[in-house]
Amino acid sequence: MKVAITSKGNNLESKIDERFGRCSYFVIYDTETKGIEFLPNPNKEVQEGAGPASVEIVASRNVKKIISGEFGIKIKSILDRLQIQMIVLKEPEKSIREIIEMLN
Amino acid sequence: MSPRPIRLRRISNPPVISGFRPYGGKNSAGKAKTVFLHLEEYEALRLCDFEMLNHQQASLVMNVSRPTLTRIYARARFKIAEAFVNGKQIIIEGGKIYFDSEWFLCGKCGAVFNNPAKQREVKDCPLCRSVKFRSYKQGIEDIELSTK
Repeated sequence: MKVAITSKGNNLESKIDERFGRCSYFVIYDTETKGIEFLPNPNKEVQEGAGPASVEIVASRNVKKIISGEFGIKIKSILDRLQIQMIVLKEPEKSIREIIEMLN
Repeated sequence: MSPRPIRLRRISNPPVISGFRPYGGKNSAGKAKTVFLHLEEYEALRLCDFEMLNHQQASLVMNVSRPTLTRIYARARFKIAEAFVNGKQIIIEGGKIYFDSEWFLCGKCGAVFNNPAKQREVKDCPLCRSVKFRSYKQGIEDIELSTK
């Protein structure tokens, strides 16, 4: 199963990004193969509609869970329809490595 | 000027059936005319007449104003009465709605998570696998309000 985590940087020591739509990077972690992939978010500087556009990116990777600091009102209904689980983690000091360790 | 956009109504669960068909009338069931009951009207009826909430409480559940809820509810009553009186079949579909999922708070890692698949029950925290989680009703509003 694949999990998406929003990240501030493109390595394992980066911190979790508190925003979903305008995060810097998406980390796609596969719990079976343990593969980790960093995707830069093209919607970082977008004025409007960053959330739905970002959902499209992660949904195209068949992600089943998303871990982020917060989710906007526009994407909540989209994610419910796509049956993607939202996990809100209000701990901005957590690194990507720590979160991946928690998943294992 | 275009009218004000319709606010999305929050629906807890889709109905278990997709409609009703009359029987025993002069028209055979296959020919019966149809009344389309919107999902938001179904939900208003469920909240007011089955869950026995008042309109104020029901409006909060559906995330609309009290007058709007009353209008949706009145429309639901009218449509169902129309189907009964004129022997029409009822199909539940449409409406400007979104489905809401349940939210939980993990007592160990502090993560807040939802359950997108209603059929499946939540057994543990998806992050730390702890079983010490509890229902998190307040969370929905917090998350929605923190968008901007």
